Amino acid sequence: MTLVSTIRLSNKAAARGLGAGAQRWLSPLALILVWELGSRAGLIPAHVLAAPSAVIGTAWAMIVSGELPANMLVSLGRAGAGLAIGVTLGSGLAIAAGLTRAGEHALDPPIQMLRTLPSLALTPLFIVWFGIGETPKVALIALGTMFPVYLNLFNGIRGVDPKLIEAARSFGLDGWRLIAEVILPGALPSFLLGLRFALAGSWLILVVAEQINASAGLGYLINNARDFSRTDTIVVCLIVYALLGLTADGLVRAIERRALAWRPSFIKS
Amino acid sequence: MAQAVIRPINPAGAAPAVAASPAPPAVRLRGFTRRFGETVVLHDLDLDIAAGEFVALLGRSGSGKTTLLRTLAGLDPADHQDVVTPKGRAVVFQDPRLLPWKPVWRNVALGLGGANPRDRARAALTEVGLGHRLDVWPATLSGGEAQRAALARALVREPELLLLDEPFASVDALTRIRMHDLVLALWRTHRPAVLLVTHDVDEAITLADRVLVLDAGRIAGEETIRLARPRETGPDFQAIRRRLLRHLGVQPRAPAPEGELLAFPTGEAV
Repeated sequence: MTLVSTIRLSNKAAARGLGAGAQRWLSPLALILVWELGSRAGLIPAHVLAAPSAVIGTAWAMIVSGELPANMLVSLGRAGAGLAIGVTLGSGLAIAAGLTRAGEHALDPPIQMLRTLPSLALTPLFIVWFGIGETPKVALIALGTMFPVYLNLFNGIRGVDPKLIEAARSFGLDGWRLIAEVILPGALPSFLLGLRFALAGSWLILVVAEQINASAGLGYLINNARDFSRTDTIVVCLIVYALLGLTADGLVRAIERRALAWRPSFIKS
Repeated sequence: MAQAVIRPINPAGAAPAVAASPAPPAVRLRGFTRRFGETVVLHDLDLDIAAGEFVALLGRSGSGKTTLLRTLAGLDPADHQDVVTPKGRAVVFQDPRLLPWKPVWRNVALGLGGANPRDRARAALTEVGLGHRLDVWPATLSGGEAQRAALARALVREPELLLLDEPFASVDALTRIRMHDLVLALWRTHRPAVLLVTHDVDEAITLADRVLVLDAGRIAGEETIRLARPRETGPDFQAIRRRLLRHLGVQPRAPAPEGELLAFPTGEAV
């Protein structure tokens, strides 16, 4: 949208007592309205896609019964555990490879080879190794989140301006102080970018991993609902996936605003 | 500046007579040679800088002046050659090199041992006129302010040797004049030995007690400046300027009475 038309739209919206933010909600709301009307008129059968009102009703019932919160916690636990392992491993490897040549020679080649594998392709192997319990699910997420953290943090460490390092050295910083005060803060923006990729990845892997013979979690709810053609439950779970993803992204943005407050882009805003 | 001396020349006592002082020199180099592969960057160099002396090192790009500064700063290894420098050294680089993720005062206090680093940083920043900008991010400083913060970061260490690597090259002309005054005032207060690397002849004459001309890794000329500070351009200033330019291989085009017309045969800025 061009600047001119944006201004014109917001002018109109202001004239009608609506902010530009409210304006953006109009078309999605209209779409939901059409969907609802289509369902009520029988154009969209419930076994294909449940009506929005039915979805809301189901969501409410699932929340009240505790079914949704309980399963959501299970899914969050999986994603959280996998993410924690993956981010820790990725960071440790990136720091080891980023700070020393020996570490780079030893670690970088195998990691670069492994990262070309889509982590989900390892699912069969992980099932053979770890069975069908929680372990393969968490392991898949850990593996999938390790690589973006490793790659970005490694690049970040190597990308710290050598002039800044030289200046800090000339003022007496070395060893761990140099790493803690110059190299890691300098690599932090790249790390947070990697973390954001990792979060997005963990969600994607979670969805697939939860299809492996789960007895709890959002994936389990979806699988069950599929067997009974309960499209309302499926849509509720999809919305929860979307909301959790959105929340995770917002969390990283909030961390960035705090941790990268020194960046010109954040100073201006 | 507090100095009331206007007379352009005062050979008797204007320049601080530190060169003759009996104190051991702050910097002493004998037969220093530095080569990168086949290229000899510095060739059998002798250099003394007295304690408290302000020396400017003038040279074209590639003359080896930055290499010499880096050696004195300990940024390049001295390779067991005869190099004596004081332990207390601080560098102001061409670009400010402030860590963008640390507020200004933490940049000034970087690597500083001892008690009350914030108070010491505040004192140094106040001296360079930035006492009100302790807690801001470096990205909010103007170019001149950032370079002043870099100066404060060097001064807060009370160095015996202050190394300035073309620190005014990237600030605008008006800021540069103010920075010259500031550096002189700080030098008078703290009395470190100063080595200023520059390619600006006027800057060298304005600031230094002694100007060395470095060309192809050798000292091609040396001028002791006995003009009283603050130094205004005048006949004596111009005479020194012409001599220094001749050392740099730049010949005056004609014996112009004011000595302002200068030929730059290679088209290269000196």
